[in-house]
Amino acid sequence: MKEQLLILVSTVLANNFVLVRFLGLCPFMGVSTKLAGAIGMSVATAFVLTLSSASAYLLHRYLLVPLQIEYLSTLGFILVIAAMVQLTEMVMRKTSPLLYRILGIFLPLITSNCAVLGVALLNIQEQHDLLQSAVYGFGAAAGFGLVLVSFAAIRERVAFADVPLHFRGAPIGLVTAGLMALAFMGFTGLANL
Amino acid sequence: MNRQLATGAAPHIPPSVTVAGTMRQVLYALVPGIFAATWYFGPGVLVQILLASVFALAFEWLMLKLRKRDLRLFLTDGSALVTGVLFALCVPPLAPWWISLVAMLFAVVFAKHLYGGLGHNIFNPAMVGYAVVLISFPQEMTQWLLPRPLAPGAPGLLETLGIILGGAAPAGWDAISGATPLDSLKTGIDSGRIVPEIRLAAVFGDFGGLGWEWIANWYALGGLYLLYRRIISWHVPAAVVGSVVLLSLPAWLLDPGSNPAPLQHVFSGALVLGAFFIATDPVSGCASNRGRLWFGAGVGLITLAIRRWGGYPDGVAFAVLLMNMAAPLIDRYTRPRIYGQ
Repeated sequence: MKEQLLILVSTVLANNFVLVRFLGLCPFMGVSTKLAGAIGMSVATAFVLTLSSASAYLLHRYLLVPLQIEYLSTLGFILVIAAMVQLTEMVMRKTSPLLYRILGIFLPLITSNCAVLGVALLNIQEQHDLLQSAVYGFGAAAGFGLVLVSFAAIRERVAFADVPLHFRGAPIGLVTAGLMALAFMGFTGLANL
Repeated sequence: MNRQLATGAAPHIPPSVTVAGTMRQVLYALVPGIFAATWYFGPGVLVQILLASVFALAFEWLMLKLRKRDLRLFLTDGSALVTGVLFALCVPPLAPWWISLVAMLFAVVFAKHLYGGLGHNIFNPAMVGYAVVLISFPQEMTQWLLPRPLAPGAPGLLETLGIILGGAAPAGWDAISGATPLDSLKTGIDSGRIVPEIRLAAVFGDFGGLGWEWIANWYALGGLYLLYRRIISWHVPAAVVGSVVLLSLPAWLLDPGSNPAPLQHVFSGALVLGAFFIATDPVSGCASNRGRLWFGAGVGLITLAIRRWGGYPDGVAFAVLLMNMAAPLIDRYTRPRIYGQ
C-alpha cells in the first residue's frame, strides 16, 4: 500500500509528467485555452492512460517477452494505446456528445500524447508489476490533469491581461508553464519518504 | 489612475485607497521586521534591500519604457519597491550582488511585465525571483549568517559591502556562518536524531530559532498593523498559521521525537513573513474571502509537506507559488452567491 502511495505522490507531484519530465506538452498547450475542455481532456486521458498502462504491461509480459520480440515494444504499445483511444472515443460519443464535440481533434490526439507512450515504456524500464503499472498510469494522468486544469484556469485569466503584443497566446503560455515548473521544483525529494 | 476617475461637485470625501498608498503602508509595516533582521544579522540586510530595490526599479523602468507606459505613475506606485524589499528579506545577508540582479530580472520582467504589469501577474513576483535563484544558485542561497549572539565577529558595514559587491571571502567565515534552525532540524531528523536533542543546539531559541523568532514577532506586529489599516484581510494569515498549527499539532502530540512543535514551525523560516506579507498579495492570491481561506490553508499544508518530506528546508516560497497557480481555479469555485439567486 505504501509503495502504491509513493508511486502516486511521485507521479502526481515530484516527477510530474508535464512539468518535471516534459512529456505530453502538445495537449498541455493545445487544450488549455478553455477550462471545460481541459477538464474533459484530463478525464479522457486518465481513462486511456490507466487502461493502456496496464494493458501495455500485459502485452509486454505475456506476448513480447515469451516470444522474445521486446524490440517491437514501441510498435506494440502504440497499437494498444490507439485501441484504447478508439474505445474511449466510442464510449464518449455515446455518453457525452457535448464533451466529444469540445475535445474534437484532441481526442484522437491522445494516441500521440507522448506521456501515454512514455508511461508504458517507463513501466517496463522500472520493472513495475501489473498493479504498479496501473497506479503509475493513473498517477501520471492525475498529475497531467492537475496541471492541465490549473493551467487552463490561469490561461483564461491571462486572456484578459494586458500582455505585451508579442507575448500573447502561446508565448505567455510557455512562460507560464515555465513558472509552473519552477513552482513544482518545490516538490523535489517529496517521493523518497 | 484615480485622478482621472475623481468626480467633482458636492463635498465628497474621496477614498484614500490608492496603489501607492497601499504599498507605502506595506513598507511601513515591514520596518520593525527590517530593524530586527538588521540587529540579528548585521548591515548586510540593509545592503540587500538597497540592491534589490535599485535593481527592481531599474527593470521596472526598462519594461515601462519598452511597453511605452506612464513612467512617473507606475515607477512611483511602490509596487516594484515592495517586490525588491520582500525578496531582499528572504536572501542570506551576505549573498553576492548578482543574486539580486538575476532574481529581480525574473521577478519584474518575467513574472510581472510579461503578464501586463501591476495587477495582471499570476505569480507573486518576489517569490518567483526567490525560487529562481534558490534553484539556480543553491550554494549562495543557503549560506546564512549566525544570529548576532552567536557570531561576535560578524562583519561591519564596510566589510559587508566588500563581501557583497567585491566577492571577498569574509574573514573567519566558519565562525560566523552556520545552518539555519530549519536546516539543522532537517538534517538532524534525517540522521535519526530526535527533536528535543536537536533543539539543544545554540541556534534554537525559546520556541523557534534564536533571533529568527524575534524577527518573526516583529513581522507579525507589522502584519497586525496592516490588518488594522485594512490593507489585508485576516483570512489569509489566519488560514496559513491556523493550518500549520492544526496539522502539526497531532503529529507533535503523537510523536514529539520526530516532529517539531507547532510553534517551532510557525516561528521558523519565512512563515510569518509569508503569512502576512507574501501570501496576502491581492493580485496573485484569491479574490473572495472563502477562496482566501482555501489559499492560506493550501500554503500552510504545502509548506509543512515540503519541510517534512521535501528536499528544501523551507517551503513557503514554493507553497505560495503553487497556490498562486491554483488561485484562478479556486476563485472559479468559490464565487460568492449572486444576490437574489
